[in-house]
Amino acid sequence: MTPAARRWLVRAGGVGLLLVAIALPWSVDAYTTSLFARTLVLGLVGVSVALLTGLAGLPTLGQTGPYAAGAYASALVAMHVSSVGVVQVLTGAAAGALFALLTVPLVVYARGVVVLMITLAIGELTVTAAGRWTSVTGGTDGLAGIPAIQPVWGMAPLASDRARYLYTLVVVGVVIAAMVMLLRTPAGLLLRASRDDEARTRASGHRVTGYLAVTFVGAGAVAGIAGSLLITAQQYVSPADFGFDVSALLLLGVVIGGAASIGGAIVGTALVIAVRDWLSGLLPGYAPLLLGGLFVLTAYLFPRGVAGFSTELANLVRSRSRGRTGPGDRPGTGIQGRPSRGEPVGAAPVSSGETR
Amino acid sequence: MTAFATTPLLTAEAVVRRYGSLVAVDRVDLRVADGERHALIGPNGAGKTTLLDLIGGATRVDGGRIRFDGRDITRLGPARRARIGIGRIHQRPAVWPSLTAVENVVVAGWHQAGGFRGVRTRARYRRRLREPAMALLDRVGLAGVASTTAAHLSHGERRQLEIAMALAGRPRLLLLDEPAAGLSGVEVHRLAELLAELPRDVSVLLVEHRLDLVYALADTVTVLHDGRLVTSGEPDEIRNAPAVRRAYAEAVR
Repeated sequence: MTPAARRWLVRAGGVGLLLVAIALPWSVDAYTTSLFARTLVLGLVGVSVALLTGLAGLPTLGQTGPYAAGAYASALVAMHVSSVGVVQVLTGAAAGALFALLTVPLVVYARGVVVLMITLAIGELTVTAAGRWTSVTGGTDGLAGIPAIQPVWGMAPLASDRARYLYTLVVVGVVIAAMVMLLRTPAGLLLRASRDDEARTRASGHRVTGYLAVTFVGAGAVAGIAGSLLITAQQYVSPADFGFDVSALLLLGVVIGGAASIGGAIVGTALVIAVRDWLSGLLPGYAPLLLGGLFVLTAYLFPRGVAGFSTELANLVRSRSRGRTGPGDRPGTGIQGRPSRGEPVGAAPVSSGETR
Repeated sequence: MTAFATTPLLTAEAVVRRYGSLVAVDRVDLRVADGERHALIGPNGAGKTTLLDLIGGATRVDGGRIRFDGRDITRLGPARRARIGIGRIHQRPAVWPSLTAVENVVVAGWHQAGGFRGVRTRARYRRRLREPAMALLDRVGLAGVASTTAAHLSHGERRQLEIAMALAGRPRLLLLDEPAAGLSGVEVHRLAELLAELPRDVSVLLVEHRLDLVYALADTVTVLHDGRLVTSGEPDEIRNAPAVRRAYAEAVR
């Protein structure tokens, strides 16, 4: 498939998915609609995970942290200050960004699996704090009775699941469009260069740590917005929304979707949530098994995830016909994180001289 | 000792680098004058690449000082050194594989174009970064593959791309680590031309095993052996110096 044809196919698929997403609340019942709204919310958190894991090379299990910060901040604002959506979304973004800003020194100096462990700790500490800080978060009982949202000043509160779903869809769409536009600017090049070969990027005078810090705070803001949408979608929040299982599912969804792809992150997260919520109804107790199987299959067959499907398939066919096993090694695959000592990924192993 | 008596651009004073009990660079003094072409030669393991790493900032010295343009840069990191004018070409071409050739040059020339201020508008990005990058690609003979992903370039093309990237940073001192390694005869010829055409406001510190390239290009040749400086002088002196022959002969034996 030529790159142009591939791009066209991806675009057509995106438009198709968007149309389905818009038509959805008129074709399913209210309960399913609210499930879809929550899937969208988690999809947006998944996008922030993909931004860090695939584009910045910082694999994370801790995006539930800013997600929770945004959710609780928005819930408090909704209950005590304002039911206006714009205010709540901005509060969520600010809370998520602030949370990321406070934790950024712990993360940006580490790489690879160490980031995974640190972010895991951050996520777990956040859940524990949310469970203990009863006066603010309501403890393990959570915060209930959050009033319905009105998107902008003067609008009627959104009373139906369909309206809340559409509101969520619009906000998620706007945030993702803004992110895609931002990543298409030359600033996106710097991020990709830093992930490809950090030492080389530094050798060109770039402040890689600074770029990573900005990206981390940005991803925190996105997760915080998702938190405010969670409040809108389910009008209730408790520490159970931010547990380790959520972090793990998100990372799984992002890896399945293709870590470096924003569209793939949403599709992957939706797939994982679908397996968890719907298939577990059909085959009770087997959801974790199915997820595990899905993960192994993806990691083995498509290291670049669903988004890299066609490329991987082409490589697989090509390499099999050449007598090699396994998919061809390509730069920027999966969840490998960044090479810690700046070994150029995919550089030709030609070297005739000393190496010390 | 050297032909260039002018003020030095780079001075390394008694720099030391140890790896455990191994002394990779042992109290080496080095001066590179403004506009000079300075070559570092020596057998494998002499510490040439390590010395370049110390000057570029990829590794830190265990002793001694490094001054660049009258300023002590011993404690500066590689990014700072790159911004004040030290460019580097690596032994294995280090390019960003998922970026296209022209994007590689753009990212490398980012700070010369004014950083984020240089890309505030699309027109400015085009004028300050994209167009100069295309011109550089043309100069190294890669205009035809400008939108090819670097991962899909050949070894020789990556080498040329890295030279374009180094030039995009408008360095005052260019550190070249075996630029001819792994290149075909035609490519080496092209490389030699390219290096000879470099303007004299760029100083060059070259590590190279191909002595024909070294003698054709260098004003000064410094010989290292076992991490120590053996001798330094004009190409003609070095070619016939007994100390040099001894150093190479020992390495062979």
